[in-house]
Amino acid sequence: MGTQDPRGTPLKAIATPYNRGHHRLAVILACWTFLLIIAGALVTSNDAGLSVPDWPTSFGSWYKIPQLVGGVKFEHTHRMIAQGAGLLTIVLAVWTWRVEKRRWLRVLGFAALGTVIAQGVLGGLTVLFFLPPPISSAHAALAQTFFCIAVAMALFTGKKWVEEQPRVEFDRRRPSLFTLTLLSIFVLYVQLLLGAMFRHHGLSWWPHVVHAVVVSFVLAWTAVRALTVYPQIEAVRRPAIMMLSLVIAQLCLGFTAFLTRVAWGRDAVQPELPMVVSTVTHVAVGALLLASTVILSIQVWRHVPVAFEERLPEAQRDPSAA
Amino acid sequence: MNKKTGWTGMTVSLLALCALLVLAACSKKDNTEQSSNAPAESAAPAQPATPIDPATVATINGTVKFDGTAPKASKIDMSQDPGCKGANEAENVVVTGGDLANVFVYVKDGLGNRTFDAPKDPVVLEQQGCRYHPHVLGVIAGQTVQIKNADPTTHNIHPTPKDNREWNESQPPSSPAIEKNFAREEIMLPVKCNQHPWMKMYVNVVKSPFFAVTAKDGKYEIKGLPPGDYTIAFVHEKLGEQDQKVTVAAKDTKTLDQSFKAAAE
Repeated sequence: MGTQDPRGTPLKAIATPYNRGHHRLAVILACWTFLLIIAGALVTSNDAGLSVPDWPTSFGSWYKIPQLVGGVKFEHTHRMIAQGAGLLTIVLAVWTWRVEKRRWLRVLGFAALGTVIAQGVLGGLTVLFFLPPPISSAHAALAQTFFCIAVAMALFTGKKWVEEQPRVEFDRRRPSLFTLTLLSIFVLYVQLLLGAMFRHHGLSWWPHVVHAVVVSFVLAWTAVRALTVYPQIEAVRRPAIMMLSLVIAQLCLGFTAFLTRVAWGRDAVQPELPMVVSTVTHVAVGALLLASTVILSIQVWRHVPVAFEERLPEAQRDPSAA
Repeated sequence: MNKKTGWTGMTVSLLALCALLVLAACSKKDNTEQSSNAPAESAAPAQPATPIDPATVATINGTVKFDGTAPKASKIDMSQDPGCKGANEAENVVVTGGDLANVFVYVKDGLGNRTFDAPKDPVVLEQQGCRYHPHVLGVIAGQTVQIKNADPTTHNIHPTPKDNREWNESQPPSSPAIEKNFAREEIMLPVKCNQHPWMKMYVNVVKSPFFAVTAKDGKYEIKGLPPGDYTIAFVHEKLGEQDQKVTVAAKDTKTLDQSFKAAAE
């Protein structure tokens, strides 16, 4: 098993050459975006979101770097890293358009560009409207969406994806592993929005905490299924182990963040180091968890497709038609 | 895991998620309705001030105390900006020998339909040592607040009102004073600096000139009050509000003391 599709034809490697420079740029963009997410989390955790009161300029200037002290240190650094991410995304989108033979990947490159532009506009709107929770939360959620796109582009342009023949095993269980991975992404995204709304004072803490139970259940279900049924497929096993490890780490970090910010830090006169470290790490690990779940979903789609007969309506299940 | 239990697990998870979102939306609704009930932005048209006979006016004074052991003042870490060199203790509960400072005392009720002109003189809010002076400020609706920066660093002034217009402006060192006013009554309107997150103060916007803020010795005095029955409110940023009813006759001087207990944990 592994190299034939249900119609009996061998699966071929994608007819696109591996481009090391292109792949490296995608990896750099993903790492840069992770750094950007940490910088953004530092802005929120230090209550520095409005320390630079204008946008798109900073203190009226397009290029001048202000004195990086107090809240400005966090906010302006975040803006500079974001500009870098924008530039990297433009280069990656154009490069992808020029060298890539897979049309959908060329489109994905420009989708990434559209996402980073939308993200910049949301960041500006949240400054101009004094951090309204829905806009600030959308900004937080779109940041992680963009991170997932960047990680996916790094995966799709990688040598393994381009040159190796995927080992395929058909999934006849219900719900399928692919369905479980999509459900995992959905519950994680809801959790991301609930967490962002809490951080930006739009919701209480308890929906985020209660939903953590749902997330843990769904992700554990998905990881256990992947690891018990398809442990022999490395491309599935590795992100599943990563996802399971990160969800455990994330629960511990969430508990720590709750203690430092909600239980002990309620009357703090300023953001204290333990609450900043715990919440920023919680955001960063949350981004890695979402990205690893997206990778798992992509790898399951590639390596563990739903059995062919299950995809067709019963009337069309005629083997002679294959 | 068999097919039936698999789908059951997923259905239960989805139902739990839906219930959670509905509950979260319901808890948020209250806040939304509260803000949508806020009065319109424009200030009410100015009416001529009601005259008060200066020969009959009364005075209310007193001391505000803190009952019990005063909480230890939190330390402020100003190390993130070398331009900040001030006292490094928070001012959220300032108690000296049982006397409570920074309590806003005002006539909450009893003035009827009397109107008062906003004074032409501005009230001054100073930023010095990366702290606001005063920490609690009273101002009449429409009166100018002059905001000055005496620090060698940039501040931003960001009021976060419920009923007034929100704004956020930066003020570099040695720059001219910023002049603003607040159109509507609002008690304990928070003002903060996003560059220095420990910098917080409260503006109290009222309709009448009958207000005071307790000093370090807990004392206050409200002068020029026409005879009548009043509700006097004592408001503290952390300890909440307490009201007292009082009747003052012409030329009366009444003492009205008040005490606050530590907020329940």
